[in-house]
Formats: sequence, C-alpha cells, structure tokens
Amino acid sequence: MTGPVRIAKAGGCALPFTFAGRSMQGRAGDTIASALLANGISTVGRSFKYRRPRGILSAGEDEPNAIVDVTLNGVRVPNVRATTQALEAGMQVSPVLGRGAALLTKLLSPFLASGFYYKTFLWPNWHMFEPAIRRMAGLGRIDPASRMSAGPGGNLSVDLCVVGAGRSGLRAAIRGAQAGQSVLLVERQDVPGGSSLWRGGDGVAGLLSEARAVGVTVWTGSTAFGAYENGRLGVHRQGDSVTLGGSLWVVQAAEVVLATGAIERPMLFERNDLPGVMLADATLNYLRRHGVLCGARPIVATNNDSAYPVALALAEVGAKVTVVDSRPPSERSAAAAKRGIRVLTRARIARALGRGRVSGMVLADGQRIEGDLIAVSGGWTPTLHLYCQAGGKAIWDEGKSILVPAFPVPGISLAGRVAGKWEAPDDLPWAWSAAPEIPGDGVSRKVWIDLQNDVTLGDVELAARENFTSIEHLKRYTTLGMATDQGKTANLLGAAAMAQATGRATTDLGLTTYRPPYVPVPMAALAGLSRGPVQSPLRRLAAEAAHRAMGATLWDYGGLLRPAFYGADEGSIVEECLAARQGAVVFDASSLGKVAVMGPKAGELLDFLFAGRMSTLQPGRIRYGLTLNEAGIVTDDGVVLCLGPDHFLVSCSSSHVGGFVASAEEWRQTRFGRDAVLIHDRTAHWATMSLSGPKAKAIMAGLGIVGTLDDDAFPHMAFVMGQFMGREARVARVSFTGERGYEISVPAGLAVALWPSLIEAGAVPCGIEALGVLRAEKGFIYVGQDTDGETMPHDLGFDAPRLKRRMGFVGDRALQLPVAGDADRKQLVGLAREGGGVIPAGAHLIEDGPRRSIGFVTSSHQSPSLGRGIALALIEGGRARIGEQVTWFDLGKTGRATVTPACAYDPDGSRLHV
Amino acid sequence: MTNPGPMICPFCGPRDAGEFRYGGDPKAARPAFGSSDAEWAGYLYVRENARGVAKEYWVHSQGCGQWLIAERDTVTHVIQRISEATA
Repeated sequence: MTGPVRIAKAGGCALPFTFAGRSMQGRAGDTIASALLANGISTVGRSFKYRRPRGILSAGEDEPNAIVDVTLNGVRVPNVRATTQALEAGMQVSPVLGRGAALLTKLLSPFLASGFYYKTFLWPNWHMFEPAIRRMAGLGRIDPASRMSAGPGGNLSVDLCVVGAGRSGLRAAIRGAQAGQSVLLVERQDVPGGSSLWRGGDGVAGLLSEARAVGVTVWTGSTAFGAYENGRLGVHRQGDSVTLGGSLWVVQAAEVVLATGAIERPMLFERNDLPGVMLADATLNYLRRHGVLCGARPIVATNNDSAYPVALALAEVGAKVTVVDSRPPSERSAAAAKRGIRVLTRARIARALGRGRVSGMVLADGQRIEGDLIAVSGGWTPTLHLYCQAGGKAIWDEGKSILVPAFPVPGISLAGRVAGKWEAPDDLPWAWSAAPEIPGDGVSRKVWIDLQNDVTLGDVELAARENFTSIEHLKRYTTLGMATDQGKTANLLGAAAMAQATGRATTDLGLTTYRPPYVPVPMAALAGLSRGPVQSPLRRLAAEAAHRAMGATLWDYGGLLRPAFYGADEGSIVEECLAARQGAVVFDASSLGKVAVMGPKAGELLDFLFAGRMSTLQPGRIRYGLTLNEAGIVTDDGVVLCLGPDHFLVSCSSSHVGGFVASAEEWRQTRFGRDAVLIHDRTAHWATMSLSGPKAKAIMAGLGIVGTLDDDAFPHMAFVMGQFMGREARVARVSFTGERGYEISVPAGLAVALWPSLIEAGAVPCGIEALGVLRAEKGFIYVGQDTDGETMPHDLGFDAPRLKRRMGFVGDRALQLPVAGDADRKQLVGLAREGGGVIPAGAHLIEDGPRRSIGFVTSSHQSPSLGRGIALALIEGGRARIGEQVTWFDLGKTGRATVTPACAYDPDGSRLHV
Repeated sequence: MTNPGPMICPFCGPRDAGEFRYGGDPKAARPAFGSSDAEWAGYLYVRENARGVAKEYWVHSQGCGQWLIAERDTVTHVIQRISEATA
C-alpha cells in the first residue's frame, strides 16, 4: 500500500461525495482535500499551462494545485480551494483542469516558455488568437444559471482587531480585553487554535475560554482579506455551505494585531511538482486533524528544524521515515536518529522519482531513496500581507534568514510567527528560519517555483537573460505569483532565484507589492444583498394605481417605473401620438424635477448654473435653459419658473434631478454661501400631469382649476396658480410635444384624483413611448441620448452663449476654447430615410468618398403624424450638410438618407397656439 | 499608535469614510473669463497630486450633504484637519 490513507478509525459521521464521478466517503470535519487524501487520491488536477498532473501541496489558503469545481444542490461553484473548503454531503467535486485538455499543450509545451504569447501571437494581431487562447486557458467554468446567495454583512467598529486565533493571537486578544478594549478576533479556520491544532502546544483550550470570559468576540471561518485606508479591514465570513457566498464585513479598528503566522516554502529540485510532494507541515496537519497519513514511507526533506516534529509524528504512527537535511548534523538530527529515524545530513535532494506520483528521490550525490511521499520544508515566509497592504514593506533579512517588516506601520503590530517568533517545542536548539536554496548550474531547470501558473526556474532565468530583472518585471513577464494563490508559496523563491541569476542579494531585489484580497472573495459576498431590486429599488409614481387601472404597461425608465403605453400592445403608441396631434393627451410628468432655489442670491446662482440668464425672469414666467459642466459639455436641460422675488423652481429632467441638486449644492456652498441661497428638492412633493394637444385648452376650461386661460394673460412659457380639490395647484404652459400644453402640478397625494378627472374630461392617456416620438418629431432632445460627452450648446443650435461670449456661468470659458470652434463638431440634425422607412437607432453615418463614420443616429421613430420615418442624429458639421445625402450603416445593413433640420414637425411653432 | 480611524464630519461627528465623496482640489481657483486657454485647461485637468498633506474638497454625500475642506496626508490618509467649506 502506498500513498495517502486514513489511519484513524474513529472520526466524524460519514459524508458521501464524488470526485470526477467516482463515489467516495469523507467525514464530518474533513476539508475536500483531506477527504480526497483519505480516499487515496494523489492527483487532483492538471496544471494551468503544461497540463502536468498535480497533487495536493498544502493544507491551507496557500494551496496552488487543489482548485476544484463543486456542484451541490444544483449550484455550481467554480474554483474552490479544496484545502480550505469544508466537505459537505453530496458534493460533486471535479478537477478544474482535467486530462482532456492535456494533449495539445503537451505537444506545445517545449514552446511555452516565458513570454511565449508575447512573442508568438504578435502577427498579425493578438486579438485574432485571443478567443481561442482564452478558451484553452482560464480556470473553472461559470454556470450563469447558478446564483450564489450572500448574507447582509455590515460594519463593525472595535478598539482592537486581532487577525489569527493561534496562541499569539489569543494572548493579544486577552491582553486587549483585559485592558478594557473591545476586541474582535478573526480566524480563517473553522476552529480557533491556529497551528496548535496540529503542532500541539499547551494551553490553547484554556486561552480560548479565557478569551471568551473576558469578552473577546471570536469570528471563525472568517478571513481578514484586506487592509484599507484609515485602519479599515475587509473581512469575509464564510457561509455555512460552499454554495453560500458568505458575508462581507468592514471592520474599523483603532488598533490591529496581526497574528497571521507563516507559510511554509517548498524546496526546489527537479520534478518537484510530482503528486506526492507536499509541504511537511501539511502532512502533519492531515495526520493530526484528519487522521490521514499522506505516505507510509515518507521522505522528509528540510533545511530547517521545523520538519523534525513532523518526522517524529509520522514515525510515531508507524511510517518508515527518512529525513534528508541539507545542513550539517545537529543535536536535533541526532535526537531524531536516536528515535529510530533514518537521518541523512548534508544531503541535498536533486530529483523526485516516480510516474504520476512519487516513488522516491535521487540525492545530489546520486544516492536513491525509496519513498511514497516527499514532505518538504524549505523555510517559512511570515504572512505579512495585511501589514504590507497597510503601507508596510517586507524585506529579506540576510542575517536572520527571514522576511521582516522594514518599518512600523501606525496602528498595526505583529505577534508570533509573523513577527519572527516561534517558541521551541522542546529544550533543543530551534532553528526554524532558513534561506531558499536555489539549484546551481549543471542541473535541470525544470524546477517548479510557481505551481499554479507553471513558472519554472528556467523561466525565471530566461527572464533574467532577456533583461526583465526587476521583481515587478519578473512577475509580469513570467506571471510568477499572478495565479489565484497569489504566489503565497512561490514569490520569495522566485525573488531568490532571480537574485541568484543576476548576482544580487534577495534583500536588494525586494518583493512585488502585496495587494488585497489575501484570498479570493466571492463576488456574491462583495455584492451582499445589494443586487436586483434591492440594489436599485424602483421609484414609483403616486398615481401608479390609476395608470394600472387604465391598462398601462409599466416599464423601468432609469430606475423609474412609468407607463410606457396604455393598451394591450405597442400598437397603441401610434394612437396616442395621433391623439396628441388631433385631440388632447395627458401623461404623468410627476418625476420631472421641482427644485426650489430661494434667497437673496437665488437669481445669481441660477445665472451661474445655466448657460442662459435666469435672474431677469419675471414672476409667473418660465424660461428654458441648458446646464453645462466646466468643460462646456451639456449635462441637462430644463425650464426655470420664477415663483416670486428671489424664489425659483427648476424643472430638470427626471433622471438628472440628483445630479442637478448635487452640482447646485456644490456651487452654493463653495461659491455663493450657505446663508445667501437655499436649495430644496420638492420633486416628490408634487405630482404633475401634462395635458397637451389642440383640445387641451377646452379640457382645461372644463376643469376649472385656474381662472383665466386667455392667451394674452396666460401665454406660452407662463404659469398661474389655481386650485384643485381645495388645494393649491400650479398650471404651467410648457410643451414637450409641440402642441399647446398645460402642466398641472398638485400635491402628490392628489395625483390619483387629478388623473381620472383629466381622462373623464376627454384627455387620452399617453405613455413615455409616444412622448418619445412626439418630442423627436419636434427635434426636442433627451440629454444623454441625443447628446454625448462632447456636445456643447451650439452643437444643439443654442449659439448665443458662445457667440455672445456670455460670461459668469459654469462652462463659460470652455465655450471659447479652440475645440469649441471646430468646423467638424458633431451637430444635431434630422434625417429622412430614402423611401420613408425608419433608420435603426444607433446606426453610423458614412461619408461618401473616404468611408468613415461622421456621426450616428441618436433617436429614430416612425412618425404617425408625418407618415414617414424621422430621426435625430449627431453629425460632423451637420447643419452645413442639410439637404445632402448620407449613407447609414447598421450591423451590415446600409441605406441612404437626407440630412434635414432636427425639427420635422411644425417648424414655425404655430401649433403651440392652436 | 493607533489607526487614523473614520472621517470626522464637523456637522455629524465620526462617520464611516464610505459616506464621503471626494470633491476636487479647492486650490484650483476658477480663472476669470479673460484667462488664457492654457489657464482654463489647467483649471480643468491639471492636478498636483503631491505626496504629503493636501487640501481637498470632500462632501458628506451620504450624510448631511455638506461640503468640507480636509487636509489629508496622501501617504498615510490621516486627515489632520477638516472643516466646512465656505464661499
């Protein structure tokens, strides 16, 4: 019998699962990895680039090989780290990269050295090869139908957050709590205790109960994955199942103690990626925590003392252990030999032997050793990730042979192994730190450094020869440390290999920047509950019930649920359009902004916010205007009502209310003064129904809301106050359809009453879709649809701000920049399709001669009133092209169209007065 | 030594930094209309991004909505002073 086997008879209850379709049994308390080992599985998948068989290396978050896809209860979770994920009954586990993909890359493998892709797929163009390469590469498969759920997460503020609940972490937490601090102790594993759980050590149970007694909050199954500004930590708390994304917590801690321990490094020798090569500490973990012996004839290869307790423990359960120590004999090696263990000192491992799994090794002196497991310890790398993310820097200390923090970071201290402290397990000298040993010349360079991304010693040396010698270039050229394990076992070895290849000290080479997250965090956890309707709740109209009663179809318009059309299908849009031109329609315009601006500097502020002057507006009058940003680009349009002296109401577009208020507040507070002007968003306080059409006046007269409808007293772009059901009502003569229009605003609660009274009076209900057609017929724009990030007022035909050199408003000076005067700026025009049909919205317009895009169609509809297609477009030098023909192009289709003025219906505006 | 902690709004007290939005460089004074094209372009696009203490606009957008001026160390993120922005 060779290879891993479960030797502990007793254990948790049986959990059935499958691996690559084979039925297996695990136990409660197993990780996926320990269950696989217990079932004798050596090979858990294939490597990323060369598709070499790979086995389990570690027992923690540093695992590069054992990445699997898991399906449970119909939910498929890709890229699960088998060494940290608890086994669950019914899991279907499959390798992320199986045998199937092996052949092609095996044939290619001699060519896949560093920079292969950069060098090979240059001609004619990387993008030609990219799709095929991406399919071939990549880890795991996302199943779009599988949705992980996630918990709500939250924020937590504490005096002290301790990361890592080993002995050092527990002690730090207890000290803090005893000093009166509120303490959170975060532990990645399912139980506290850290490495004491398999390394042994007294008093962990006592420390844990003491910690609980003094009020320490202990979070297990929780990883502090990132350190951010102002002492904030990102903590991911695992869910109870692999299919649950867990939850995201933001922990604000005045002080942080990192007791994150250290990660064991592999050793570098030929074929060190063979299944059966494992970290020594991991074999002890599997033995003590899961009762799994990873090999009956283990060879423990080490360059430090930490592997000796491992060798003793393996021997204790009956394994035939050989220790291969690269150092001279010591008290410790002698003690091991005394216990009956075969110890070879000054012995260096050269090559692993075996087909598909370890069967032995060859030493540098040619000696062969039989064995079914190579347990390696190449030294330890303190887990300084969070310290580095918080602004620290890890440097290699040549004297101590360990990675150390270069300088203190305020608010963060280190405890235990991460600080270079590891209490000796006995009375013997305890040398647990060691420098990486890089194989010298004359031996194969097929020595794996980064197992997950398949980076070899040869690749690092190739990078050195090609002058990618800085640590950051090494990373990018070879992809060292860029896999999902982020090079936890590889980065320091890679740096040491590059240092040797270039004759430098590892200290001088440094390490790549540590970045969050320390471990992959499920997107589901980052999103938390913020998805779907919770992420962006729909805003709804006060009169929604009345619209539904009329058979409205409601759609989401930028987060607002509004009637699209009334009736069974979109055919009713035509009827609504015709009703607006022939009779009267009413649409619910309640979401239009109603932002009050008042105070001694109200007019001055509005003059500054709009490209046109507003302070000269007389009470009762209305003016249209555009707002710009400081680059002169149109950000919104709307009308301003003068309610009285120093009191205005801005009616901006529905989706721009928040943006307008934010911008207005910025200028108010930073330029005009908080006491000089007040901004009050009243949008939700008022409901607005917009009545429009040649019969609008007659309907208004019947409603009796306002006293006079005489056009001289109540002209277009004026408003009057009236009464509806005993409450104040405001009626404004504005028009977005081109017909005579009355916008009736009443307190929001009366919306449900106003709507039916308008319908009863003869107005036809009209949805947003018909309104979109009616306004396009008139050439009225939707900012953001008919404009883009380059559109200035004069591109829309509003020439005055630029030509008159008006000053004192946002974006004023930008309108005088040379770019604003370019002759080929995209200008708003209309289009008439040859033959009268509808041009697809979004189509590009192609200039005759040199075939290039000169613009695009922004809105396009069939006009029921005109009986032909109409379109708005932004076209380079568009106004000068009016009357010319252009070609439109959309998804391979082309056609011809004539450039027209933007306004296709009633260009002289006489309909406003019908 | 302790961490710099949350942001302290002069109106609301200590609040999570996520409630605040960066609002630009208050030193970028708005040039007069008669300024050169280069001056205006500088006002729009050129920022110092200096290492060390920087004066910055912040707005408590998810709180009281007030515009603030913070003196923030761009290396350590420590906010040394924060006060309401004035006209």
